[in-house]
Amino acid sequence: MSSHLQTVIQQQLESTFSPLSLELIDESHLHAGHGAKGGHYKLHIVADAFSGKSLLQRHRLVYDALNDLMNSEIHALSIQAKTPSEMERLP
Amino acid sequence: MDILQRIAKIVEGNQVVLFMKGTRMFPQCGYSSRASAALYDVCKDAEFFDVFSDIEIYENLPRYADWHTFPQLYINGELIGGCDILMEQFENGELKEMVKAAATQA
Repeated sequence: MSSHLQTVIQQQLESTFSPLSLELIDESHLHAGHGAKGGHYKLHIVADAFSGKSLLQRHRLVYDALNDLMNSEIHALSIQAKTPSEMERLP
Repeated sequence: MDILQRIAKIVEGNQVVLFMKGTRMFPQCGYSSRASAALYDVCKDAEFFDVFSDIEIYENLPRYADWHTFPQLYINGELIGGCDILMEQFENGELKEMVKAAATQA
């Protein structure tokens, strides 16, 4: 099920990064009942914006893009942020 | 002592320190569990700091380096990142190299 929140997250990331590929997986069900508020998501994103950036900087860019949601609706976001050239090097 | 100074003292007083939810033996969160196991694998003498043991640190660590999630890994006083970054660098071998480099710098 694709929730409204998931759509909002995707839209914000698309408008910020114009990613080559973006996959957002809702993993909230895996964490149901551990008492945390908000959704758990896993993000795979490939964008030019990450070129020349350290992993830390990439994560900061994603957090910044989702700033308003990170402070409220999103409880946890697992991020894999790659550049297009890194994707080509993968087997 | 100001809370941010107190955090700085822990960060700078330990070559490798992971702030996590729970202890290494009894982690309280999946991300902290994975991160601490990976870090321990490459660095047996890292400091594992349970943020739940000190609520002031739990509440203020996010603004120390403007990083809002746990766990948080610092090497030689510098924020390396959270669970995803730590795991990625563990899997590609970088974490081991960074820990080794930190040890020789000291």
